[in-house]
Amino acid sequence: MKVGLFIPCYIDQFYPNVGVASLELLEKLGCEVSFPLNQTCCGQPMANSGFEAMSKGCDKNFVKNFKGFDYIVAPSGSCVLHIKEHLHDEEDPVAADEIRSRVYELTEFLVDVLKVTSLQASFPFKVGLHTSCHGQRGLHLASMSELVAPAFSKPGTLLSMVKGIEVSRPKRVDECCGFGGTFCVFEEAVSVKMGKDRIGEHKDNEVDFITGVDTSCLMHLEGILKRQGSKIKTIHIAEILNSQL
Amino acid sequence: MSSQANFTHAEAAEQFIADEPRTDWHDDTLWFVREKRDKAAHSLPEWEQLRQWASDIKYHGLSNMHQLLVDFEKNAIANGIQVHWAVDGKEHNEIIYKIIQDNQVQRIVKSKSMLTEECHLNEFLTEKGVEIVDTDLGERIVQFRKETPSHIVLPAIHLKKQDVSETFHEHLGTEKGNNDPQYLTEAARGHLRDKFIASELAITGVNFAVAETGGFVVCTNEGNADMGAHAAKIHIACMGFEKIIPKAEHLGVFLRLLARSATGQPITTYSSHFSKPRAGQQMHIVIVDNGRSRQLGRESFRNSLKCIRCAACFNTWPVYRRSGGHSYHTAVAGPIGSILNPNLDMQANKDLPFASTLCGSCSNVCPVKINIHEQLYLWRQEITKEGMAAKGKTFAMWGMSEVLAHPAIYRMAGKMGRWVVKHLPFLTNNGMNPWFKQREMPEAPKESFRDWYLNNKKK
Repeated sequence: MKVGLFIPCYIDQFYPNVGVASLELLEKLGCEVSFPLNQTCCGQPMANSGFEAMSKGCDKNFVKNFKGFDYIVAPSGSCVLHIKEHLHDEEDPVAADEIRSRVYELTEFLVDVLKVTSLQASFPFKVGLHTSCHGQRGLHLASMSELVAPAFSKPGTLLSMVKGIEVSRPKRVDECCGFGGTFCVFEEAVSVKMGKDRIGEHKDNEVDFITGVDTSCLMHLEGILKRQGSKIKTIHIAEILNSQL
Repeated sequence: MSSQANFTHAEAAEQFIADEPRTDWHDDTLWFVREKRDKAAHSLPEWEQLRQWASDIKYHGLSNMHQLLVDFEKNAIANGIQVHWAVDGKEHNEIIYKIIQDNQVQRIVKSKSMLTEECHLNEFLTEKGVEIVDTDLGERIVQFRKETPSHIVLPAIHLKKQDVSETFHEHLGTEKGNNDPQYLTEAARGHLRDKFIASELAITGVNFAVAETGGFVVCTNEGNADMGAHAAKIHIACMGFEKIIPKAEHLGVFLRLLARSATGQPITTYSSHFSKPRAGQQMHIVIVDNGRSRQLGRESFRNSLKCIRCAACFNTWPVYRRSGGHSYHTAVAGPIGSILNPNLDMQANKDLPFASTLCGSCSNVCPVKINIHEQLYLWRQEITKEGMAAKGKTFAMWGMSEVLAHPAIYRMAGKMGRWVVKHLPFLTNNGMNPWFKQREMPEAPKESFRDWYLNNKKK
């Protein structure tokens, strides 16, 4: 099974450990993983800001890099959702269609494709699970509090396989953290207030870490936690699922 | 007809949040309503089926609008109702003013109608020297304060009981500092009762207009629409044309969804069915377009017209709860307002579709399944296509897209970026950077993932 590892631009530049953990985890689970060297970004920052037309260059580059893989896997719900919903390439429409149907967020890939039922991971800490919106409401990684439907959580299922971990959820189980891409700077006040409120509920649960499937949400929460001088750290779910502490 | 605000959503939101305890109170109050909605929805196993039916019926209505409106008019006229058509808010207001003049009435009461807010009827009539009394308690409070409703179902939700007490002390002569809700409500009740008894003309909104019967339904919790309509000799009901549903039996779907979505009640206290004027009474219906046919013609946005104004999307919206209704500078605020108002005036409302994280919760609570967050994304594209984005933002986005489209430039820029964050932190950690205002920058690692991969994996 040939897996193309898609490491979103800001993870590549600022959170390489998330990429390392994702790669090691997939290899441990028997995947043949390669990282196409000329990948950059999914184009979401432009598209979500209303400049969809400017993301064509990213689209083209993405198709060039990820054409021909059985699966494309990324440790980000948001970027995967963007690819799934918006990737187009006029010059190679078939490849773009194929990529859209083969791209998976990491936990979704582990649960739905690899059908993982156990993991050799241990992480003896109290961890609060942040449910990232695009992964949850867009990719259906977890049930949604608004809908009358059975409860499930793919990230939660995987975390329950980790030895020693104590997982908690905030009171408002799936409220947005306020990152929202460029929203976080253009609506700075609301963005930060939303983040502070999420953090407050995790603090009530006395967590050591906040985890989730999207580094973007975690980066935003980390920025606030650090400014507050909090001891709570953020950690991507791939790092927990790959840890042997 | 939208107001030209001299502030953006982001600016107003920042001001609102400056009072953090009050923001927390506003957020908690509306979240409480969202939780009540959840409880009500989860008590019906068929909830998702009801939403689907409601959506389907509304879609059918949008696709057959012409015929339904013709049928409705015919049946309403046969019932003795006078039907008026208004192309925009101005014509809507003029029709009402003409009825007022023709009948030489002075004492007018109005129950809640977001359409009349959209058309700025109160301002119009006040300018003409006509006094109009809002009879919904929340609306009366904001009317006293010369404010607009901040929420389409809970118009005074931005106010605390202390604020109401001060307002009533000033306008109704209640005791200063008496914040007892019972006392204040009784004062309002007495005041409004006098207005009802004296009223000559009552204006109401319309929740559902039924094409097959020519009748309409008005939902209130206070009974004020009934009090007005039953006491006055003239009843004018105002509706946007999208309020139409094909059959009376469809009310069985919508009435079950409306109040559960809005407040978590199984049904509104009063669901009043009006079908014909009583002896000696005049009954008018004003059917308003005001941009709706334009929205109907916009393929990506037409389904916003399915809205039944329950405000569930307001209550779940993390942004609305923390920025308050007035930050939207429009009659209908919140998520639904943010996809309706750019149709009314794109330039004046170009900030609204961006005031969202696109979290998608709004679409999930919508009882008629409007894809609100997807339409927010699409409005963003429309607004930039029209050249309405700020020049600086357009330039920044262009620069970013160029960097990200070229792998080598991207890698160089990334390296430089990390180097700057590490070695020249003052370049990012300053007042010019909105991220840094209340958040630390991420730490810059010594190598990118790609560098690590090349050094450790690629052999």
